[in-house]
Amino acid sequence: MDLDAKIPEGPIADKWTRHIDEIRLVGPRNRSHYRVIIVGSGLAGASAASSMAAMGYKVDCFCFQDSPRRAHSIAAQGGINAAKNYRNDGDSIHRLFYDTQKGGDFRSREANVWRLAELSTAIIDQAAAQGVPFAREYGGMLANRSFGGVLVERTFYCRGETGQQLLLGANSALAKEIAAGHVNMHTRTELLDIVVVEGRARGIVVRDLVTGAISSHAADAVVLASGGYTNVFNLSTNARGCNVTATWRAHKRGAGFANPCYVQIHPTAIPAAGEHQSKLTLMSESLRNDGRIWVPKKSGDERKPSEIPEEERYYYLEERYPRFGNLVPRDVASRNAKDVCDKGMGVGPTGQGVYLDFRDAISEKGAEVIETRYGNLFDMYERIASDNPRETPMRIFPAPHYAMGGLWVDYNLMTTMPGLFAIGEANFSDHGANRLGASSMMQCLADGYFVIPITIGDYLSRHPSSEIGADHSAFRDAEKEVHERTERLLAIPGNQPVEVFHRELGKLMIDECGISRNAEGLQDALKKIPELRDRFWREVRVPGSGGQFNQSLEHAGRLADFLEFAELMCHDALDRDESCGCHFRDEHQTEDGETLRNDEDFAFVSVWEHRGVGEQPIRHKEPLKFEALPLAQRNYKT
Amino acid sequence: MKFKLEIWRQQNGQDTGAFVTHEVDDVSPDTSFLEMLDILNENLTQTGGEPIAFDSDCREGICGMCSLVINGEAHGPKRATTTCQLYMRHFPDGASITVEPWRSGAFPVVRDLAVDRSAFDRIMRAGGYVTVHSGPKPDPNDVPVNPEISEKALDASTCIGCGACVAACPNGAAMLYTAAKVSHLSLLPQGQPERYERVQKMVNQMEKEGFGSCRNYGECEAQCPKSISIDFIGHMNRELLRATVVEPDDLRGDMKTQ
Amino acid sequence: MSRIVKFYGSIIGKKAVVAVTGLMLLGFLILHSIGNLKGFLPPNSAGEPDIDVYAHFLTVMGEPLLPDMVALWAIRIILLVALTLHVVTVSKLAAHNRRARPVAYRNHKHVAASLPARWMFVTGGIILTFLIIHLLQFTTGTIDPTPIVYGCVYSNLYYAFQKWWILLFYIGALSMVGLHVFHGAWSAFQTLGIDNPDRNRKLRGFALGAAAFLVIGFLSLPTLMYFDVMKHPNAYGESCVVSDGRAE
Repeated sequence: MDLDAKIPEGPIADKWTRHIDEIRLVGPRNRSHYRVIIVGSGLAGASAASSMAAMGYKVDCFCFQDSPRRAHSIAAQGGINAAKNYRNDGDSIHRLFYDTQKGGDFRSREANVWRLAELSTAIIDQAAAQGVPFAREYGGMLANRSFGGVLVERTFYCRGETGQQLLLGANSALAKEIAAGHVNMHTRTELLDIVVVEGRARGIVVRDLVTGAISSHAADAVVLASGGYTNVFNLSTNARGCNVTATWRAHKRGAGFANPCYVQIHPTAIPAAGEHQSKLTLMSESLRNDGRIWVPKKSGDERKPSEIPEEERYYYLEERYPRFGNLVPRDVASRNAKDVCDKGMGVGPTGQGVYLDFRDAISEKGAEVIETRYGNLFDMYERIASDNPRETPMRIFPAPHYAMGGLWVDYNLMTTMPGLFAIGEANFSDHGANRLGASSMMQCLADGYFVIPITIGDYLSRHPSSEIGADHSAFRDAEKEVHERTERLLAIPGNQPVEVFHRELGKLMIDECGISRNAEGLQDALKKIPELRDRFWREVRVPGSGGQFNQSLEHAGRLADFLEFAELMCHDALDRDESCGCHFRDEHQTEDGETLRNDEDFAFVSVWEHRGVGEQPIRHKEPLKFEALPLAQRNYKT
Repeated sequence: MKFKLEIWRQQNGQDTGAFVTHEVDDVSPDTSFLEMLDILNENLTQTGGEPIAFDSDCREGICGMCSLVINGEAHGPKRATTTCQLYMRHFPDGASITVEPWRSGAFPVVRDLAVDRSAFDRIMRAGGYVTVHSGPKPDPNDVPVNPEISEKALDASTCIGCGACVAACPNGAAMLYTAAKVSHLSLLPQGQPERYERVQKMVNQMEKEGFGSCRNYGECEAQCPKSISIDFIGHMNRELLRATVVEPDDLRGDMKTQ
Repeated sequence: MSRIVKFYGSIIGKKAVVAVTGLMLLGFLILHSIGNLKGFLPPNSAGEPDIDVYAHFLTVMGEPLLPDMVALWAIRIILLVALTLHVVTVSKLAAHNRRARPVAYRNHKHVAASLPARWMFVTGGIILTFLIIHLLQFTTGTIDPTPIVYGCVYSNLYYAFQKWWILLFYIGALSMVGLHVFHGAWSAFQTLGIDNPDRNRKLRGFALGAAAFLVIGFLSLPTLMYFDVMKHPNAYGESCVVSDGRAE
């Protein structure tokens, strides 16, 4: 597997500009000869599709939702970072780079992280020009808020719905290009395979979710912007439809999968209430700016939170991490919540929850100030949990939230399969072992607006356009495989709904490959996943036919891929015999229960090669170099 | 809790469709409405039936995918709430509940409770954008925006595009959706150059899609999960009047050499 | 002009036409109601009821520039055109709206729509019917259950509203006008985009005030006539004396 990341030479601050100067481009007159497929219409997909279409490429964009505007980026709440230094508090590209690299626990590629920090400011400019109504101060200047794990205020926001506003911005640009005929938009259409000819990605096979028709689309390059795989846990903050299918099928066709075990667990979600819960709702992390997290010191304390006196409350984050207090990074907050709950101090009916209390903030800053900051979040919580956070503390618990792992990509965002690109959450590139708050949207938009539209030219310019059409035999073969797989799913003579297996997989994964992992549990999971997969293929019932709108069939196909992918995730977690970022191995921790990295043996990206379902995959390494920022142990205590 | 559900079942767009009664038992009050349908669907699958098709995705009230008319109200009886955030504790035990899809000529039924809302996307494509390419842009602080105006624009653009306004309107009008989209950009400085052209094109497309006309009932505002105000409809009407009656079609008309 | 035609082609344009014509008709009703209130004023030096003097003024309005009746007919034509546009456009919109929802809900619940808003067609239809009867009664005199004498407005009204059923019919019809105006006046401002959050309360207040003014303004004279609070027309001298319930 060729893992040359093609990082440009020179000092880190000059790498991107130098790269743009040096790579090959496609001229304006030639662009219209090239067809590019983009899978996904979230922040990454929509921004890439609109940018490339405006440049002159012919673009086909696919999404499984009924409208491109509904991609899950829309649910991002908190904000987007940019090194604008508007607050004059010492922010800079270098500091954002530093925070991201440190937040990722030194498991990301320096050059990519720097580029992300460098492009962050342009994203805000771009979004504002599209009419994204960022929060403003009285003088009309953009407002900022602070976000977990950093010492500067650099987060731009639109109330609690920054994701929706940024996505509407990107989507409006996409809408314009669709109207102009430069983008062919395919909604309610799901990718089911990647077509590879002579080692290069040449197109995709999709299913029209309304009619069930399976069709092929050929292109000169395929860009996956299909998001993350966190729904492998069943209960997560992701939308129900989020899936691994596009990246997994690409992986099975030869693209290397990097760091699949890195999954971020978000510390502030509303705890699950029962077995049939379909998702965990995230409460914005910004709540930690003013809320204080605590549990009763006495385990099994049944009193109402308001009746528990101050001295019997354990403000564990403030006590354990005096400098950052409640604003420690996400993984630290999550692990500590699990830790106090494991020790029996958890609250709520399941004992899986901690309090997030606004009592002190309301008395110090006034109810009005807190209301303007969090009013809509309080309402949202009250609607779901039927408790009023203005009067009684919220209950929160960590929930799987974001996948740092993804398809391996080089500096041009191309996977190990030539012609196949991955952007946004679908790739692995910028967040290392843990993602800094408010940087997911930054990465999606940097990739989509500013990186891929340029770097894709380097690949396209080396190949003549429209070499292979959808009539090529490789497309027929792939279509046949897709048909067969669909028929197989529909023919299983079982009687269990798909959800039963998804819940079981989720439970297994959160227990053995969740907030903390260990060799024994992972080995156990590696035994159980194939068994579960076998049972799924024997006992599931997929009602209806393939030639109609069939949501059971959609879900079954996605779960079948998760059941294969879960195994890879456990392999990776087992193989990475160290703790780093969100990957916490019980065997490797400091005396205070912190992650203990092993830079000597594990300062690399694990890139996996598929060898067949149920076969042991092969792990390749991309060594990580630390030139701009020397390795340092993460420390949020002092 | 136990419920008797009268659910609209329709195989596809060509089918005529009819109500079918389903029963669901043993539902906890903390189950969301969609989770209750999930439970029903699992039961149907296990007993050899066909599950009910309905749209949903994020299940946290922001993607705008869920779309049920429950007992004659879009997104059900609770105000400012999407179906996915509606909980069974809002219904009495043993209640009989009617569930229908959004009913609009412009939103054809895909299957059962799922409808095709691409008409909304076509309204957006008609003009719901600021024409800017990707690339370097001026610093946003170069164009100060009064925070009141910015917040008002956000009040409009908070629309999640679910279509409840159309479903709720006795006339099946899409005025609130279109008005929210038009107002968002017409309020901000970035939206000014295309302001009048935009409103004309979007309203034109709205009408082409076959949505009804506004009679100022206010049902859309009341049933909108984001409580978007019908004041924006007034705003859009004003914009359109100004665009068609006051603003010249050709801004350069007076400058041509005689 | 082409712009206005194009504008009328759109549904919002049609709504604007309904709003403008509605406001014109409302303006007329307000003036008409003020005119009727003249029935309360004392007679002139010749002993003629003030309302009869006013009625005469309407026929000679515009003199000496315009011959008799020209100004009045001009206004009548404008109002007729406005009314026709109002009714025709509303019917067009109604047909359009029926097409917008081909399959009805089993039981569509109304959460916000007020009764007047939902009954605009009903009230509008009743008002139209009433209007025709009203014109046939008091303008052309075609329907004359009670004596109608040209120029004798006060006595015409007086005799008409001695009949309880005529009074009841007018009360019913004018309640419809009140309901129609209550929603219509506010709605027109919204349609024309004159509404905004700061003004909304005032406009709602205006709509309520206009509706109340019309109902009270139109009904006060007839009701008081029925209950014999107002003077008998014969008290106003010889010009409009009617015997045997019939004009001489």
